[in-house]
Amino acid sequence: MNADAKPILVIGGGIAGITAAVEAAEVGYRVVLVEKEAYLGGRVMRMYRYFPKMCPPTCGFEINARRIRQNPRIVVHTQSTVEELSGTAGDFKVRIRKRPRYVTGKCSVDDSVLERLTSTRVNDFNQGMDETKALYYPHDMAYPPIHVLDREALSEADEELLKEICPPEALDLEMEEEELKIGVGAVIVATGWQPYDATKLEHLKFGKCPNVLTNVMMERLAARGGPTRGEITRPSDGKSAENVAFVQCAGSRDENHLPYCSAVCCMASMKQARYLREKNENAKATIFYIDIRAVGRLEKFYFDLLEDSNISFVKGKVAEINEHPETRDLILDVEDTLSGEKLNQTFDLVVLATGIVPNSAETKLPIELKYDDYGFIDGTTSIDGVYAAGCATRPCDVSRTTKDSTAAALKAIQCLNRGE
Amino acid sequence: MIRMEDKIGVFICTGYGIAEALDVDALCKVATEEYSVPFCTTVDSCEGPGLDSINEAIEAQSLNKVVIAGISPRRYVDHQFPTAVIVEKIALREHVVWCQPAGEEDTQMLAEDYLRMYITKIQKMGFLEPFQPEEDIDTSILVVGGGVAGITAALEAAAAGYEVKLVEKTAELGGWLAKQHKSVPTRPPYRELEDTGVDELIARVQADPRIQVYTSATTGAIEGAPGLFDVTLKSAGNGKPVDEAIDKFRVGAIIQATGWTPKDPREDLEYGKLDDVIRNVELEALVKDKGRIVRPSDGKEVKSIAFIQCGGSAAKEHHSYCSSICCLTSLKQALYLRESDDDAKAYIFYEFIRTPGQYEDFYRRVQEDPGVFLTRGEVVDVTRNEDGGLTVTVRNTMPGEHIQVNVDLVVLAAGMVPNSADGEAIRALEDAKLKATDGKSGAQQKEAAEKVEQLARHEGTEILNLAYRQGPDLPTLEYDFPDSHFICFPYESRRTGIYPTGAVRQPMDGLAAREDAGGAALQAIQCIEMTSRGEAVHPRSGDKSYPDFFLQRCTQCKRCTEECPFGVLDEDAKGTPLLRATRCRRCGVCMGACPERIVSFKDYSVDMVASMLKAVNVPDEWDEKPRIAAFLCENDAFPALDLAGQHRIQFSPFVRVIPVRCLGSFNLVWVTEAISAGYDGVILIGCKYGDDYQCHFVKGSELAASRQTNVREKLEQMSMENERVELHQLQISEYERIPEIFNNFAELIEEIGMNPFKGM
Repeated sequence: MNADAKPILVIGGGIAGITAAVEAAEVGYRVVLVEKEAYLGGRVMRMYRYFPKMCPPTCGFEINARRIRQNPRIVVHTQSTVEELSGTAGDFKVRIRKRPRYVTGKCSVDDSVLERLTSTRVNDFNQGMDETKALYYPHDMAYPPIHVLDREALSEADEELLKEICPPEALDLEMEEEELKIGVGAVIVATGWQPYDATKLEHLKFGKCPNVLTNVMMERLAARGGPTRGEITRPSDGKSAENVAFVQCAGSRDENHLPYCSAVCCMASMKQARYLREKNENAKATIFYIDIRAVGRLEKFYFDLLEDSNISFVKGKVAEINEHPETRDLILDVEDTLSGEKLNQTFDLVVLATGIVPNSAETKLPIELKYDDYGFIDGTTSIDGVYAAGCATRPCDVSRTTKDSTAAALKAIQCLNRGE
Repeated sequence: MIRMEDKIGVFICTGYGIAEALDVDALCKVATEEYSVPFCTTVDSCEGPGLDSINEAIEAQSLNKVVIAGISPRRYVDHQFPTAVIVEKIALREHVVWCQPAGEEDTQMLAEDYLRMYITKIQKMGFLEPFQPEEDIDTSILVVGGGVAGITAALEAAAAGYEVKLVEKTAELGGWLAKQHKSVPTRPPYRELEDTGVDELIARVQADPRIQVYTSATTGAIEGAPGLFDVTLKSAGNGKPVDEAIDKFRVGAIIQATGWTPKDPREDLEYGKLDDVIRNVELEALVKDKGRIVRPSDGKEVKSIAFIQCGGSAAKEHHSYCSSICCLTSLKQALYLRESDDDAKAYIFYEFIRTPGQYEDFYRRVQEDPGVFLTRGEVVDVTRNEDGGLTVTVRNTMPGEHIQVNVDLVVLAAGMVPNSADGEAIRALEDAKLKATDGKSGAQQKEAAEKVEQLARHEGTEILNLAYRQGPDLPTLEYDFPDSHFICFPYESRRTGIYPTGAVRQPMDGLAAREDAGGAALQAIQCIEMTSRGEAVHPRSGDKSYPDFFLQRCTQCKRCTEECPFGVLDEDAKGTPLLRATRCRRCGVCMGACPERIVSFKDYSVDMVASMLKAVNVPDEWDEKPRIAAFLCENDAFPALDLAGQHRIQFSPFVRVIPVRCLGSFNLVWVTEAISAGYDGVILIGCKYGDDYQCHFVKGSELAASRQTNVREKLEQMSMENERVELHQLQISEYERIPEIFNNFAELIEEIGMNPFKGM
């Protein structure tokens, strides 16, 4: 244990980054955790429940947030990105850009203030399916528990109103971007993933037919904090979804899109079929798949679903989706590869199991790392002292991610302890 | 340590609408007049400058115990306060102002009661001194199992500066990895087979001065606790007398990497009957040893192989698990055959091909090979044909037809069975054996004998040989994997300081096992470091409290030793609990279990909670204001109450909430105390239990539920209705249910009437 060691920089505050940060800090090392969003938790915070236990991600997050709150060795920077990273193992220099939150955190903002505002912004937390006020609380379990102001969305009238009704110490409308320069001994890259852009799958009509959703949207539809307060309904008319199709490998395992398997979508769709069944006992779900990839102990989840006569599995890739012009129902053309039959089935809602794209495919860190053809970071990275974890390295579920990031925390600690 | 005189300060916040909703002066009077606290003041905020002013007052007034009535404890960062000061926070905003009408008498009563409860609580709280055993904490790590997971764990721990003892039961390191010819691709472009790298791994272990290797050895006994495990190694045979003690040493933490055994294949596929039906592990050995694939029956060069997937693993009728590596192994082995002969043919019959992530690239590469035929279908039959080869019959192949293929060799993709032992089952077996002969009655003996039969498969399966009251090995989950039940916390182990890793924990491939082992090594190191600081490990990470047993009053009922979810307590010959403090996770289940109330923490005790209950002003019966005590699990239900407040859901003002570490720490006497103090009912809200339990202390909430029988007995003794105590399971996300539960219960109390003991 080297108590004087330089801190570890963790880039990304999703489940991978949080785990790496907390685990390293509890051993006794200092950690600087940098997250680009205004809150920690990343993608998992937007999940309604986890497979296979059907437990809410907020349960584990509450424990992790407590571990962060009570550990003086962890410093968290939200709305921050790493702009420069140079040096070698044991001695890296980092420049962090911290965007202004405009809310100081020195004094809570009362909800009555929000109610009086008229300017709104698209709610990215709910996958753009609803809006929040320009001054907003990111979500129920937000950490840090501080409001955020979207300065661009704020109208001039609202700005004046805020100046008038908000305690002056609560807001700082002149807050400026900050730049932090720190030295760290090791770096963990946990930059996570984003869903594949479903509009690229033209034959599946996402973005053209309102009742075609992606699996990440389905998570928000099912969640109480979502746009429908947890009702699984059709966007076109708000009617309860009674007959839902899940289209597997929407982009994944497809050389024109994502050649790799995204590893979680089979389980995610089966989990979502259960959401549907638990919320509506008459609802039906059909899962169109190539292979059901329920690996390891997860197989039991699949077996349990086979017992449910309202859930059907059809082996076959969906060739095309068309919308009924009046009902806005969706007609799926599929070849059932087991029977050889061409199917033409109608559903009232379709969920595309879109896959995992590493954030590093689009946004590269300011240090020369090796990537595979898909933008995933190659192995433990090619630079000594820099370690990748979670979906930055491969598509994987939460359980694998947390193991992986715990292992990365040890790599970073080894780097700090070298030469001791 | 010198006991400091308590100097209590109370800060009442006037911001957040508190001053508008409540009579703050009256609140101050509760502190100064009823409790005569030496310092009480109002602050306009408990964040930012408000918090600074609180800290200034703490210093100026030399306060060492502080109650802040303002915002939820979840809104503070702990190190905002001086470390030597105990700070208790009351969520006046979330739990009173946001969920009760402003200016009402009942709202004021609620706030005043919370103030009474928390001043009482802090009076009862002692200053923590972290647990330090008399002997030094040992910082070395024992790794049991010398396969890829064990080797990796050893190397990773050593690279972080920790001494490692690596114990392998066979004569050689390397495990299954050493038996492989090649590994599946782990690096871009994920298309070509890789060398296993096992020789280099073993060489690194042997060259590492921090790693001491014992081969042909097993753990004969492990006594003690994290930081203080005393290990006796025994010979595993291999030419030496079995059970001979080889060495004794002390370690701080343990990693169990005992690996796997190939699963018995499906019986109907003639394995063991036809020489040319072999398992994947045997094909691997054939290639590794001979460098080519020949038929076991006649030594003929193999030109065609049928690989049969799920050779017993995922068969639906068995409701079993998927072994996760068999698809990759068969794809790999198909390439062995193809590389040996350009004309060779490999058939792979499967239900699903499972190659997650970038392994899909490898699958695609095999699909591109014109000599590999991948077909979905169910293999129904394997028979010897006239040509001396084998005929495989497959039904329901892709286009719906049945096919037959003739091959030289059939390879069954056999899955993995963990090399684990269920410590609790072994212990139960031993107990049952004793009872079967010494049982009090014939019926009891018969029941025990049946249990012995049920548990017979656990006989002699010990691996770690822990000297623990609750059994010699880690408890296991379904399919015998000693895995974590938690998705967010995959290293959660029910034996503190002992971490299973690799394929013993769950089916996994070599790459996953290496990562997993790195994580397990971190957990072992973390446990050692936290134990050295006298801190608890996950989930109450950093907690410096620990239980104290007042043994003079112990009646040896063994409830605590049996119910502790983490096997913390051993027993002496009489059955008195022996605390192994560094195993403790501080959940308080022992405190909840103890009928004599002899277990307490300095900052959490039966007396403390009972005193909080009694601190509440219970109105007379004719006031028609019932009082309900609600005990909420502080991990899920208590934070959910904050969320209910955040959403401004209004609920009955008659409920007084007390957070508990775990519902398993709920002591029955609190029911009696509540009823005799005049409460009209008690609500318990804990985490979900059952197969998909969410209790962070594994079975705390379930224990609380099972103790409800005793609660009912207690109520009957007092001639009280059963309905006066209710237990609920709640997920943190179900916050809207809390007001429902409270309101429904308040209505119920109205129906059944007030507690007749009130005011007596």
